[in-house]
Amino acid sequence: MKVKPDRTLDCLGLFCPEPVYRTRLELDIMRVGDILEVTADDPAAEMDIQSLVKRLGQEVISVTKKGNKVVFLIRKVK
Amino acid sequence: MQGRSEEAMSERKKLALIVHSGTMDRLYCAFILGSTATAMGMEVHVYFTFWGLAALVKGGFEKAGLPATYKHMEAQMKKKLAEMKYPSLVEMLRRMKTSGLLKIYACSPSMEMFGIKREDLIPEVDQIAGATAFLDVASDAQVTLLV
Repeated sequence: MKVKPDRTLDCLGLFCPEPVYRTRLELDIMRVGDILEVTADDPAAEMDIQSLVKRLGQEVISVTKKGNKVVFLIRKVK
Repeated sequence: MQGRSEEAMSERKKLALIVHSGTMDRLYCAFILGSTATAMGMEVHVYFTFWGLAALVKGGFEKAGLPATYKHMEAQMKKKLAEMKYPSLVEMLRRMKTSGLLKIYACSPSMEMFGIKREDLIPEVDQIAGATAFLDVASDAQVTLLV
């Protein structure tokens, strides 16, 4: 079943630490239960974003690679 | 950025960073680590000493360049960073401070050595401190680094 995000964040062309910083800003303004879709093409982002979400106690729903892009679906759980 | 979330201060992971270097490349290394740590909800304690302290003066970060060995690459590197829309050192410092999770300490003997007074330093400095105070802070840190 395809999950529909409540917010999207385009980090294409941005490099560490920008994707992490901007993801954190989005999470700060989201409501609990909201889903964020983040797209990035920095090779570091695949691990960086997952590490951030884990440390913040939020949920990674999925990580999908599309060519050189990575798309994350993240749920704010607290 | 929300800094003081429901997580108690004592539960936060802590990064202790000694900034000994004052060149742009090394300051970027320190500030990328520091600003990422605050984004991750970590407390960040940064102790500026020697050349790092010399760069902590008003306008210092804006003027930071590459070391002599790589000076010939400086203009090109700054141009590339602008093309990448990369955040400046000042912007990264702002992010850390806005999080509420950053404390900056200025090394007292370095200040004396360089003839730098408190009023010469950027206003974001929290405390003038010595090695003991910093080691006390670093003793509780999970990550301690020197740049």
